[in-house]
Amino acid sequence: MDILSRDIFATDILAVAYLIASITFIMGLKMLSHPETARKGNMIAAVGMGIAIVGTIFLSNDSGEYLSNKLWIFLALALGIGVGLRSARTVQMTQMPQMVSLFNGMGGACAALIGLIEIYHVHSTETSKLLAITAGLVIGTISFSGSIIAWGKLTEKFGDKVFPFQQYLNIGLMLIILSVAGSIIFSPVINPVTLYLELILCLVYGVLFVLPIGGADMPVVISLLNSFTGIAAACAGFLYNNKAMLTGGILVGSAGTILTVLMCKAMNRSLTNVLIGAFSATPAHVKGTDDGVVKEVSLADAAVMMSYAKKVMIVPGYGLAVAQAQHTCHELEKALEEKGVEVKYAIHPVAGRMPGHMNVLLAEADVAYPKLLEMEEANNEFLTADVVMILGANDVVNPAAKNDKTSPIYGMPILEVETAKNVIVNKRSMKSGYAGITNALFYQPKTSMLFGDAKQVLQKLISEIKAN
Amino acid sequence: MDGFWQTLDHLITMQTLYIVILMVFLGIEVISHVPSILHTPLMSGANAIHGVIVIGAIIVMGKAESGNYPALVMGFMAVFLGTLNVVGGFVVTDRMLEMFKKRK
Repeated sequence: MDILSRDIFATDILAVAYLIASITFIMGLKMLSHPETARKGNMIAAVGMGIAIVGTIFLSNDSGEYLSNKLWIFLALALGIGVGLRSARTVQMTQMPQMVSLFNGMGGACAALIGLIEIYHVHSTETSKLLAITAGLVIGTISFSGSIIAWGKLTEKFGDKVFPFQQYLNIGLMLIILSVAGSIIFSPVINPVTLYLELILCLVYGVLFVLPIGGADMPVVISLLNSFTGIAAACAGFLYNNKAMLTGGILVGSAGTILTVLMCKAMNRSLTNVLIGAFSATPAHVKGTDDGVVKEVSLADAAVMMSYAKKVMIVPGYGLAVAQAQHTCHELEKALEEKGVEVKYAIHPVAGRMPGHMNVLLAEADVAYPKLLEMEEANNEFLTADVVMILGANDVVNPAAKNDKTSPIYGMPILEVETAKNVIVNKRSMKSGYAGITNALFYQPKTSMLFGDAKQVLQKLISEIKAN
Repeated sequence: MDGFWQTLDHLITMQTLYIVILMVFLGIEVISHVPSILHTPLMSGANAIHGVIVIGAIIVMGKAESGNYPALVMGFMAVFLGTLNVVGGFVVTDRMLEMFKKRK
């Protein structure tokens, strides 16, 4: 084989490698949507990714000119693998949502850096390449700074910041970003000042975009930013005419958008509402229920109530996750079952910080699958439950969603815990939930409050139950 | 403007356009029936897949001239961050799904 045909051969092999990668991405996503095949699907996609990466390093060539700087590439890869493995393995299950957000931000930053380098490598007449580069740069940067803010909000490093005319400011900023992008694309020379101005504008936009959105909406935002990064990856795919990046990017872009819509549906809210921050626009929507009396219950009484119940339903929420109380919760379940009490869990689709968050947590604590009831099933079971124990959930059990038309969460499907005989609510304080509204449930005669950290309360409750 | 349409023609061939359209529908189709318990792992898995951007970073890095330090440094960062996205994404997803598996 002469040199030329060897290079063409390498290019052909690489094309097959990318085809395999694209197929594994599609299969992986498909398998990830079924519980039995999910884990395998994830592995298949990972193998495809590996093939694509190794193929790129050794086979990618521009008419015989192969990639150089291999030593540095391997060093960066090794470093990424080391840090990635370490942080992914050590992160606690409760911190998963913010970890996903952080990894997403890294992908966005990667896309932005590619744009910053490549923009100097194209001729000013190659307008469509400039378009792909600039789009990747803008979307990647917004995704990066937005993800970092989402991460910060989930780790409670910063709270919601609402200021007047925010939406107008965001729209104005977007228009400026677009016009600067236009000048980058159509100007004959790349002016570094314009380029870095655009970068800063995008960073600021990402911050302003996520900062006002309420903490309860973070899953939606992360999912949206996830699809943004997908589109940024697809832009790079356009640029290099690289099919693996193109298919992977577009696939994640479209699947991510649908996932975002599905999440909004579970909360019965529109995406526009989430994005312009309708929740946080009405932060203190207090509806005259504040004057009611809250009844507290002692640990001993709560233990007796639960030990002599026939059926206890547990409603887990974010409070359970922050207190790392999933294992203790499982112990409570076992202690009650030893007393002959039937225990089930009612899982609201958006309980916690991400859809499915509670399922992941309880699965970690070895809670059996059939005990986790989805919303509709749970609402039927509440009718025959003696005690409902709410662990750090708030908005998902707020009756205002059903009967107060002026409430910002009106229309959101909730767990109808009021139909049970008794409700015990464990919360850290009377502070309102993420939607920032009071909960009439807490003032009802059948409701008793059990204040304290979920884990500590559960531990004490277990010893009381065992002593009974 | 002529140059624009010429390169556009060269870059976005009909083939590419077909791929994009088909992938959009495929993405919607593939996940539209996902049960809500899998939303978090699915999001995390998709997150890992867009880490395919690392390929672009590798190409950039591999093409950088040995004296072009800004490109080398930024390329190095890009490969590092992209790898972090891929490895972290897949491993985190696997850890989540491992917990579901124990049930069987």
